[in-house]
Amino acid sequence: MVRLVDVYKAYGSGTRALKGVTLRIDDGEFIFLVGPSGSGKSTIIKLLTGELRPTEGRVQVNGYNIGALRQRDVPYLRRTLGVIFQDFRLIEKKSVYENVAFAMRVVGASPREIKLRVPYVLDLVGLSHKARRRPLELSGGEQQRVAIARALINNPKMIIADEPTGNLDPARSLEIMMLLERINALGTTVLAVTHEKELVNRFAKRVVAIDGGRIISDKTGGYYQYEAIRN
Amino acid sequence: MKRYETSYFFREGIRGVFLHGFMSFAAVGVIVACLLIMGSFALLAFNLDAIIKDIQNNNEILVVLDEGLSREEFVRFGTTLSGRTDIMDNIAEYTPISKDQALADFAEKVDEEYRYLIEGFATDNPLRDRYVVKLIDVNQMQDTVLKLEALNGVAQVYARLDIAQNLVRLRNAMNTISLLLILILLAVSAFIISNTVKLATFDRREEIGIMRVVGATKSFVRWPFVIEGFLLGLIGSIIAFFLQWRVYALLTERISEGLSGIALIKTVSFGEILAPVLGIFLLAGFLVGVGGSVLTIRKFLRV
Repeated sequence: MVRLVDVYKAYGSGTRALKGVTLRIDDGEFIFLVGPSGSGKSTIIKLLTGELRPTEGRVQVNGYNIGALRQRDVPYLRRTLGVIFQDFRLIEKKSVYENVAFAMRVVGASPREIKLRVPYVLDLVGLSHKARRRPLELSGGEQQRVAIARALINNPKMIIADEPTGNLDPARSLEIMMLLERINALGTTVLAVTHEKELVNRFAKRVVAIDGGRIISDKTGGYYQYEAIRN
Repeated sequence: MKRYETSYFFREGIRGVFLHGFMSFAAVGVIVACLLIMGSFALLAFNLDAIIKDIQNNNEILVVLDEGLSREEFVRFGTTLSGRTDIMDNIAEYTPISKDQALADFAEKVDEEYRYLIEGFATDNPLRDRYVVKLIDVNQMQDTVLKLEALNGVAQVYARLDIAQNLVRLRNAMNTISLLLILILLAVSAFIISNTVKLATFDRREEIGIMRVVGATKSFVRWPFVIEGFLLGLIGSIIAFFLQWRVYALLTERISEGLSGIALIKTVSFGEILAPVLGIFLLAGFLVGVGGSVLTIRKFLRV
């Protein structure tokens, strides 16, 4: 579960990225976080992954209080999360299998556990047949599916997808969103940051809109509501 | 740490050494060069020290007494000497040698064909009574010589004062130079290793970033780089050790061949110092390799 209570975040440069954000995400939810560039979306993600600490307010992620989190506990917080990026961030020198297995290895999984779990997750994202390929031999959609497999491999409580379809064509974007929806149906919380209006509307999930560091809308049912508020 | 984790770290560390082939080669080369230079100076200083100790142990000065001293006066000089505690403080032992004994000793050293010349001195011995004095501390030789010269009945004191003093001076200079060189070269080696690891970490910063995002602890990220540095240090120190062995053997061989007539030059055989040299080289390689890695990787872990 994620809770942000009256969170403020100011950077050293004086920029105030968040101004009193309060948000609750329950286990098993699927949420779209939308907003223009510089609205504070990335700051929220960085707070959730422990990369940043709030200036004021309270951020609680899967039982970790981010404001009071010790540096050595950050890896353990991150093991409860799976993060997906717009640019996939795969290791080019490693195969699809190794890219996914690598994420298990870093959390101390045994070779036996890796052998059992990786094929299962690759099957879940539909990439079993491409396990030996290198990322650059795959399409953008496939690369993103590898990234999703990597995010899922350690069975996180929550997937954070930062513009997961930003580099994909509409058909592949839909595939990725459907895959995230499937993962959500299996019980994993999904927080997706996106600009794709049509995609957001198509899934009719809870949409949290942020602008100027403040949450301006939090409703189930689509992106257009946010635009209506802005206009 | 689990066994499979250890094997993973070693695999990654070894992979890193080969992956950054040129920088690894450069790092090993620098470690070898630095250790060789350091080792050579240290061994030179060590040998000088051994020679000085040897001179101290065998250091004899010759106290020649005045001509025409009676037998009693010759013996009494020994009593006088042993009564002078200020001189005896630096004397390990002294041996009286009469002029007849001195002539006999001299005759023994002369070749057979020239011995007839010595026989002519049997009735008119030109040598004088003397005392052979063994010193405790060669550094105080000058002071002891002056005190001996001031004693009644002493004609002349023969001492290898200049050699001993020069050797002490040389050893002190060598020690200072060695220490300075060791410090400079250690810093240079650590700098090169640090750059190798920096390049390696820069090359893999994306990978490190991903590791951190998926929940890798800092130590998990750090270990392969530490092992890479350790391997570079280990390889460098082992190569340097064998090269040092060879270089040392060649040099000591040359010295003993070229200066065989000079009893003063005695080199320590490498076999005697093999274990400490290997230990020091391995330790230096370890410190430089691992130290360079740990210091470099730190800033890449702030993700």
